[in-house]
Amino acid sequence: MTLQSSGKTFAYARTGANTMNTMTRSMSGDDVSTTATSTGSAKLKVNNLNFHYGDFQALKQISLEIPSNQVTAFIGPSGCGKSTLLRCFNRIHDLYPGLRTDGEILLNGQNINDKRIDIHLLRARIGMVFQKPTPFPMTVFDNIAFGVKLYERLSSRDMEERVEWALKKAALWDEVKDKLRKNGQSLSGGQQQRLCIARTIAVKPEVILLDEPTSALDPISTGYIEDLINELKQDYTIAMVTHNMQQAARVSDVTAFMYLGEMVECGPTDGIFTHPEKKQTEDYITGRYG
Amino acid sequence: MLLDATPGEQAALRREHRRDRFFELSTRGFALLVLVLLATILGSLIVSGWPALAKFGWGFFTEDRWAANLNRFGALPAIYGTLVTSAIAVAIAVPVSLGIAIFLTEKCPRALRRPLGTTVELLAGVPSIIYGMWGVEVLAPFLQSHFPSLFPAGTGLTTAGLILAVMIIPFITAITRDVMQTVPPMMRESAYGLGCTTWEVTRHVIFPSVKAGMVGGVILGLGRALGETMAVTFVIGNNLFFNPTITGQGTSIAALIANQFPEADGLQRSALLALGLMLFVITFIVLALARVMLNRMDQRAPK
Repeated sequence: MTLQSSGKTFAYARTGANTMNTMTRSMSGDDVSTTATSTGSAKLKVNNLNFHYGDFQALKQISLEIPSNQVTAFIGPSGCGKSTLLRCFNRIHDLYPGLRTDGEILLNGQNINDKRIDIHLLRARIGMVFQKPTPFPMTVFDNIAFGVKLYERLSSRDMEERVEWALKKAALWDEVKDKLRKNGQSLSGGQQQRLCIARTIAVKPEVILLDEPTSALDPISTGYIEDLINELKQDYTIAMVTHNMQQAARVSDVTAFMYLGEMVECGPTDGIFTHPEKKQTEDYITGRYG
Repeated sequence: MLLDATPGEQAALRREHRRDRFFELSTRGFALLVLVLLATILGSLIVSGWPALAKFGWGFFTEDRWAANLNRFGALPAIYGTLVTSAIAVAIAVPVSLGIAIFLTEKCPRALRRPLGTTVELLAGVPSIIYGMWGVEVLAPFLQSHFPSLFPAGTGLTTAGLILAVMIIPFITAITRDVMQTVPPMMRESAYGLGCTTWEVTRHVIFPSVKAGMVGGVILGLGRALGETMAVTFVIGNNLFFNPTITGQGTSIAALIANQFPEADGLQRSALLALGLMLFVITFIVLALARVMLNRMDQRAPK
């Protein structure tokens, strides 16, 4: 693990921190820039991934690349496996018994399904935001600081800066700067979801997974979050699942269409929505089924 | 009639109103019944216990023995025994139950989850006399042979506390597990998704969400421990002289009443009823304190 930090101490306490040694980041003040990868190269690479819920095979021989600093949207009818695939990227499936993954998922060239990978550190590198807002039962401030404290020891001043930075990044600061000591669960739904995004950003992950992040929100909050996704891709690689095709068209650079556990088509969003190569894709985006 | 009700509709409305009124009154009646029952029980305890309370006054609480043959009735050994055995039981049961509940909800392999969960529920249903016999047959001899200096007779307040702990662990575990399962899976996943370990998720996310429910479980367990009679009578030693040693033999309010009530009359009977009143009051105070504690915790939590 190489961390070039400007004057700050990053104490990575977890074992396995050194198993992911290809990641290099520089952090300074309010700015995060990814130096290891340039725009367009693959951040995540999936090779022949299969996934089983017990006897049911939910993902079949999935292969794709998720380019760095771009937004990749997964679309497809319910049950097509898009959320399952997204959840493979941070191995949240490991929480449940009876689920089986085989195949490779490479993050910066390292297989995250490798036994030596520390799962907690992996999840700090690949953050996730869920369908519904899930603020923790603590103050707005602590909601952000909690994740940061897991891996870094910051002085209270640095922590305040980090919290402010994350909340500003998530376009929430102005609305909550006077409510930092209130319970995170007392915010409105849209604010809660941005709080969850801020919480994910605060630990400075490399990839952010968004699983239908706006499905529980009103159009105005949805608009905020879509703008936010656009902003965030400068610093992060984003993979999102959405049921809303307009949303995929609006915010994504790459779109992947899945059907019945298979990757039907994956390519630049403009291409997928204007000249899809496969008949199934065309039927879906024109609303003929799904 | 407003809304231009037809005669048919008016009749139907009157019928519905009558029915609704009956429904409302009957539920209210049932609810009031609870208050009446409570008042009656409390009232009869006070009336029947009054002769003893009037005779001994504060001495009832400071007298260090319960000697029927001398007509000296002191509640101190029984009250002390009740409080100490319950405190021991809760002190042991709470951490153990928490551990079981956390394991069951967070870490238990699927194959083990059902058998373990069912076992816990079965244990909660075992009649207390069984625990009592087990205490006399197994636990007391075990303590006597392994720690003879602490438990010369095997029985005593600590033995009773241990039995009570075993009895309330399933209660507290079952309730804690149930409230922990009410935490939405997505909440759990978001915490794990940040890179938390099981301990961190439990401590910072699940625990604060279910605190109130868990305290409820502990209160229920404590209530059971305070009033438990049969199992305690078997193993507490039934020593009617005040003995502050917590491993020593003693008695509890419930055990003392169970032992003596059937053959008591006159002042002794009145003293036993006054003792029952004390148990009532102690239980009430403990529950009220727990409630106050809970409110305090809520106030300290961020709003």
